[in-house]
Amino acid sequence: MPFNVTSYFRQEMLPHIWCPGCGNGIVLRDFAVALEKLNYSRQEVVIVSGIGCSSRAAGYLDFDTVHTTHGRALPFATGIKFANPGLKVFVIMGDGDASSIGGNHLIHACRRNIDLTAIIFNNHIYGMTGGQFSPMTPRDKKATTAPYGMIEQSFDLCRLAEAAGATYVGRATTYHNQLLTRLIVEGANNRGFSLIEAVTHCPTSYGRRNKMATPTDMVRWQKESAVLIDRIKEGRASLQEGQFPVGLLHQHDAPEFTAEYLEVVKRAREK
Amino acid sequence: MTPLQTEHNPKASLDVNIKWCKGCNLCVTVCPKGVLSLDDLGKVSVDKPEECIGCGLCEETCPDYAIRVVKDA
Ligand SMILES: Cc1ncc(C[n+]2csc(CCOP(=O)(O)OP(=O)(O)O)c2C)c(N)n1
Ligand code: SF4
Ligand code: SF4
Ligand code: SF4
Ligand SMILES: [Mg+2]
Repeated sequence: MPFNVTSYFRQEMLPHIWCPGCGNGIVLRDFAVALEKLNYSRQEVVIVSGIGCSSRAAGYLDFDTVHTTHGRALPFATGIKFANPGLKVFVIMGDGDASSIGGNHLIHACRRNIDLTAIIFNNHIYGMTGGQFSPMTPRDKKATTAPYGMIEQSFDLCRLAEAAGATYVGRATTYHNQLLTRLIVEGANNRGFSLIEAVTHCPTSYGRRNKMATPTDMVRWQKESAVLIDRIKEGRASLQEGQFPVGLLHQHDAPEFTAEYLEVVKRAREK
Repeated sequence: MTPLQTEHNPKASLDVNIKWCKGCNLCVTVCPKGVLSLDDLGKVSVDKPEECIGCGLCEETCPDYAIRVVKDA
């Protein structure tokens, strides 16, 4: 029998509560496929999430999971990793959770290069609370708190993470399933802070207000807006207005926080 | 697990779990062969099982894990 993705789920929790066509289910599937490929034992994995529609993802997975508070998933995850550096710790956050209330935690997790793999479900909106704009709502798009269109510029979270010190940064969409799975696998294998932005879709709180009423409209928008970074680098494509690159966007080597800390402990004991 | 409705063809079988289907239509629009549609109740229905090429796109796209494509080896 081929791999059945739901074997990674708490069966009694399904079907999940997300709206019909919500992209969160697709991102979660790609994450489960990545976990299958990584082949970790269930005992060594911990999945931590914040608050939001997307953060409910942790509760569906049949692993040790912690559903924490809004914007604070990274501090919890940092504590878990610090207490037991051997654990493989994944952090699930929404765009609001990670870039708004939790933005400061995010930049410092990047700066420390702590060995966590963060998966940001970017649906460009506060989905759970009914569609207020987030710092990742694109300019001119509508939200309940921006009925005439967003006038602020949005964060490019991948560039922000790179500048703050993250050692593995990538982006994919719910249209690019296999790429998303590959980035999560590589991010998990990176010894340091990895950020994977999963561009997903909220038909209910975002699409309906922005001329993408159906889940199909929203996936088509992702297909048309995402440009493979390899094609850009080879000069075969360039970014047009409203488009964004997908693929492995940044990678570098740097000392990892828990390893550095254990070194300090060793040195202090030798004195 | 919930009982499945299975449609066989020479290339692949489609296991459909109607109870989990929310009728979002994504599988219908992603299928390159027009195999699927939504029925009167707005649930996925396998209209042309014989046309299925086993590409797996419907399974990868379904946000509710309601379809599995099982290759008959
Ligand atoms: C401290 C605190 N402030 C505000 C809220 C209300 N709240 C719940 S979810 C959310 C935003 C969710 O947006 P996002 O993180 O993008 O997740 P999504 O629902 O879009 O997946 C807010 C503001 C809260 N739960 N806790
Ligand atoms: S409100 Fe949006 S993000 Fe939340 S479950 Fe519904 S479609 Fe998904
Ligand atoms: S496996 Fe491919 S051809 Fe068969 S129903 Fe699914 S999408 Fe259509
Ligand atoms: S993609 Fe899944 S939930 Fe949506 S209509 Fe098809 S089977 Fe139903
Ligand atoms: Mg959001």
